[in-house]
Amino acid sequence: MVTYPVKGISPDMSFLEMLDVLNEDLLLRGDEPIAFDHDCREGICGMCSLYINGRAHGPERGTTTCQLHMRHFKDGDTITIEPWRAAAFPVHRDLVVDRSAMDRIQQAGGYISVNTGGVPDANTIPIPKTIADKAFDAATCIQCGACVAACKNASAMLFLSAKVSQLAMLPQGKVEAKTRVENMLAQHDAEGFGACSNIGACAAECPVGISLDNIAMLNREYISAKATSENVA
Amino acid sequence: MNWFTKTFSSTIGRKLVMSITGLFLCSFLVVHLIGNLQLFKDDGGLAFNVYSEFMGHNPIIRTMEIVLVLGFLFHIYDAFVLTRRNQSARPIGYANSHPEENSNWSSRNMGLLGTVILVFLIIHLYNFFWRARFGELSIDAGGNPDLYIVVKESFGLWWYVAIYVIAMIALAYHLIHGFQSAFQTLGLTHKKYTPFIKSFGYAFSVLVCLGFAAMPLYFFFFE
Amino acid sequence: MILDSKIPEGPLAEKWDKHKFNVKLVNPANKRKYEVIVVGTGLAGASAAATLGELGYNVKAFCFQDSPRRAHSIAAQGGINAAKNYQNDGDSVFRLFYDTIKGGDYRAREANVYRLAQVSVDIIDQCVAQGVPFAREYGGLLANRSFGGAQVSRTFYARGQTGQQLLLGAYSALNRQIAYGKVKMYPRTEMLDLVMVDGKARGIVVRNLITGKIESHSAHAVVLATGGYGNVFFLSTNAMGSNATAAWRAHKKGALFANPCFTQIHPTCIPVSGEYQSKLTLMSESLRNDGRVWVPKTVELAQRLRRGEIAINDIAEEDRDYYLERKYPAFGNLVPRDVASRNAKLVCDEGRGVGGSGLAVYLDFADAIKRDGQPAIAAKYGNLFEMYAKITDENPYEKPMRIYPAVHYTMGGLWVDYNLMTNIPGLYATGECNFSDHGANRLGASALMQGLADGYFVIPYTIGDYLAQMPYAKVSTDHPAFKEAEEAVIAKNQQLLSIKGTRTVDEFHKALGLLMWDYCGMARNAEGLQFAKQEIRKLRDEFWRDVKVTGVNEELNITLEKANRVADFLELGELMVDDALHRNESCGGHFREEYQTPENEALRDDENFAYVAAWEFTGVGNEPVLHKEDLKFENVKLTQRSYK
Repeated sequence: MVTYPVKGISPDMSFLEMLDVLNEDLLLRGDEPIAFDHDCREGICGMCSLYINGRAHGPERGTTTCQLHMRHFKDGDTITIEPWRAAAFPVHRDLVVDRSAMDRIQQAGGYISVNTGGVPDANTIPIPKTIADKAFDAATCIQCGACVAACKNASAMLFLSAKVSQLAMLPQGKVEAKTRVENMLAQHDAEGFGACSNIGACAAECPVGISLDNIAMLNREYISAKATSENVA
Repeated sequence: MNWFTKTFSSTIGRKLVMSITGLFLCSFLVVHLIGNLQLFKDDGGLAFNVYSEFMGHNPIIRTMEIVLVLGFLFHIYDAFVLTRRNQSARPIGYANSHPEENSNWSSRNMGLLGTVILVFLIIHLYNFFWRARFGELSIDAGGNPDLYIVVKESFGLWWYVAIYVIAMIALAYHLIHGFQSAFQTLGLTHKKYTPFIKSFGYAFSVLVCLGFAAMPLYFFFFE
Repeated sequence: MILDSKIPEGPLAEKWDKHKFNVKLVNPANKRKYEVIVVGTGLAGASAAATLGELGYNVKAFCFQDSPRRAHSIAAQGGINAAKNYQNDGDSVFRLFYDTIKGGDYRAREANVYRLAQVSVDIIDQCVAQGVPFAREYGGLLANRSFGGAQVSRTFYARGQTGQQLLLGAYSALNRQIAYGKVKMYPRTEMLDLVMVDGKARGIVVRNLITGKIESHSAHAVVLATGGYGNVFFLSTNAMGSNATAAWRAHKKGALFANPCFTQIHPTCIPVSGEYQSKLTLMSESLRNDGRVWVPKTVELAQRLRRGEIAINDIAEEDRDYYLERKYPAFGNLVPRDVASRNAKLVCDEGRGVGGSGLAVYLDFADAIKRDGQPAIAAKYGNLFEMYAKITDENPYEKPMRIYPAVHYTMGGLWVDYNLMTNIPGLYATGECNFSDHGANRLGASALMQGLADGYFVIPYTIGDYLAQMPYAKVSTDHPAFKEAEEAVIAKNQQLLSIKGTRTVDEFHKALGLLMWDYCGMARNAEGLQFAKQEIRKLRDEFWRDVKVTGVNEELNITLEKANRVADFLELGELMVDDALHRNESCGGHFREEYQTPENEALRDDENFAYVAAWEFTGVGNEPVLHKEDLKFENVKLTQRSYK
């Protein structure tokens, strides 16, 4: 661990802007800047990923690192910044980790198998607003990996469950629901994520408020798929 | 591996085993507690000894005993496998971590609590189960082996009482998380019922463990 | 060079159908013999890669982010237009076409825009089939809202994150093809050059951003879906990584760059708070449905407010100037983006701006809260209000929001024909990366529509027409053209690393951004543009003399990545200025102060400037060559846009 002093920080600055200031300073001194992931800086792309003072995305709830502002810290504080820690998220450099395991889980079944074109009119199947809203709530996951980072078991169950439930709730997604949940969980396990022990740290630290209900739904989906799917392998 | 073993060796599958065996063990606790309430009957242990003799020889109970042992074994085995897996999922820990900000202590320490309970279980089994089944016990006035006298002796020792009380506190915390967690794992959640399950689980855990802890304390202080 | 837009003959409504019939087809069994490279995985790229994979082509897709799902399309908030007419309020393909052409101030191609309106309806069907959770009514059917000044409700939305939901739909389709092995995905990989063999685009050179390895990929066609170049301004609503490098390096290899000066300044963004500011955050345009825009009536009041001598509530109703409602009674606060932005600048230039810097106007919800109640407003805009509060530490339910325009979208881009092919055979550009559909100003909820239209429904047809004429034979990446391009990329990186100057990349980027904003931003004039051109040249020279890039190429090197991008912005910025300087008219996002009506409205010159300005690269520091593609309007009458 290295400690850097940072000067000239305004309370209105975002956390990442503070790191920008530090990096500019390091550069001017001829040092290499600290690598960290970030992109949209408006809390939606899911690329920023820092473990700040012992918390995924820092001390504020419902906030990504990029939306965290320095007014939540005091002048003179020493702030600890770590990368996400998980076997499935190897560190590339400094604070940058490899989260492609989450992409591979999506590739294992996080889709509805329709080709472009030849689909029915969008209003052919009405979907109750309550269901559509719930599916949307699950779909807001930004795949940042904070759930994994916060989980004592480094489990990606909250992330996985968000996708599984979103698609399982919608009539379009029900068609493949069984194979989807079987394959996605198998991939989750193969990537080396831990198991869920219903601690709830994931949902508490999730910047977009994905609910634990999704994990319950994932479990339901998994049980019913395993009991009734055609897959005997 | 076929679909069956695959299912129960997946992360969710193992959790299912944990939840089903856990709820089964909860039901055992209830039976055990109700039976043991005989200890409070002021008859010098006659009723308790009848009960313990019944438990030792009734064929249904003896069959259920095997199921119970399997329940314990699966619960412990899967807990062990899951803990190992979960630990290897984060080989390098955080230098600075504040999990207390996002979760309960008991939920994060089920393994530790479980281990305390396991150690207690071994002591408990050795002292009572082993002696009732295989040991030489005197015969009481009702003609039954006198397990009551063993209980009374044991609970006269302060350190023995302390082990029991500590173990019951551990069990209470284990159940506070475990009870409602089992329903979550089984996918049995709904906004109508989950709040009830949670409060019931809390009350259940506290009352059952209080009931068990009351026994050694009663003997130590009042008998 | 003669620009052939390849617009099909025949009546407007039949052009696309006829064209689809006339294009050559690739036999299904032969599709697997072709490889296509797609750079960028936003809406336009992910949808194209997925669809081409579904058709049977072998696709290689590239993105610089760690996952294709992070492309900046994800940040679009408002919605996506489609001429479904589900609301029975008089919408039609022609009306969407007409609104888009007019909104673009008549600087877009009729045939392209009409096709866009036509396929818009298919996009919604496709997304719903993929499981995109659009907003719905209680009866279970899709909900719509009116957006960005449209007189009909044709915008489909998913709360405030339509972009994310649409991108996740395209990402899921892409994932499916990756799982099938039809698409090979290369994340954290940045394109640094285009490779041409025999005058055709045959591959790209990329840098692996983790290892620094320079690699070549060969294909039968290359699709650039790399987004816009708004980050030339340093401060914009774009993501930090959004860049023009892929498009610019293709331009340097011969692809024409069209209408670079057409940039969109979005009126409702959170104002700059300090020097350290790294990006600007957009507040959805939908806020203008209920918020009222105002500034104090007099400069004196504004000054006192800024100095904190009076509070907002001390300003009486009659001392507030709801300038949009005053000047544009018909559209009020819902005027198009360019008009709203320019007027905000006008009042701030007069000295009537608010906030510490005086570069902000109020967006006030007090009346709406009084009318509908706070819960109703919270239900509509809750997440936006929360975001605003998080960033500014002010409660918008109690205090009006402070907003100011910010660079948001670039209408200009690589020149493409009707098939979305650039003037380089085999090189395509889709989405924001091309120039084609928005003219001089983009309407709200049209960017998502265009990205997905290009990727799902246009390029899959048109690329086949080209590939059908290509031999199956692949070009080896050992071909001298690849080796040459690789060497050039390596040399450029080495040059950047060897300067070891005294100023950081960000310093240059900020300086460029400031020049662009001041002289090529919301209002431009010849004198300022000429000045800016000289300054940009000076800055560029200084960059190559004095930039400080640490580390080596063979590692994750964030400074080197940025340096490459800023080096290209420094060239692109000059072209934007050239384009703005040559276009002696005002239209859409391009406002030349010399060309305005007495009421300060944009004054178009259709006689002399109804053309696409496509620029040819002739070397850094050399004057680019202008090629004109005349725009013919046969179905709409050119009128002065009026929102009064």
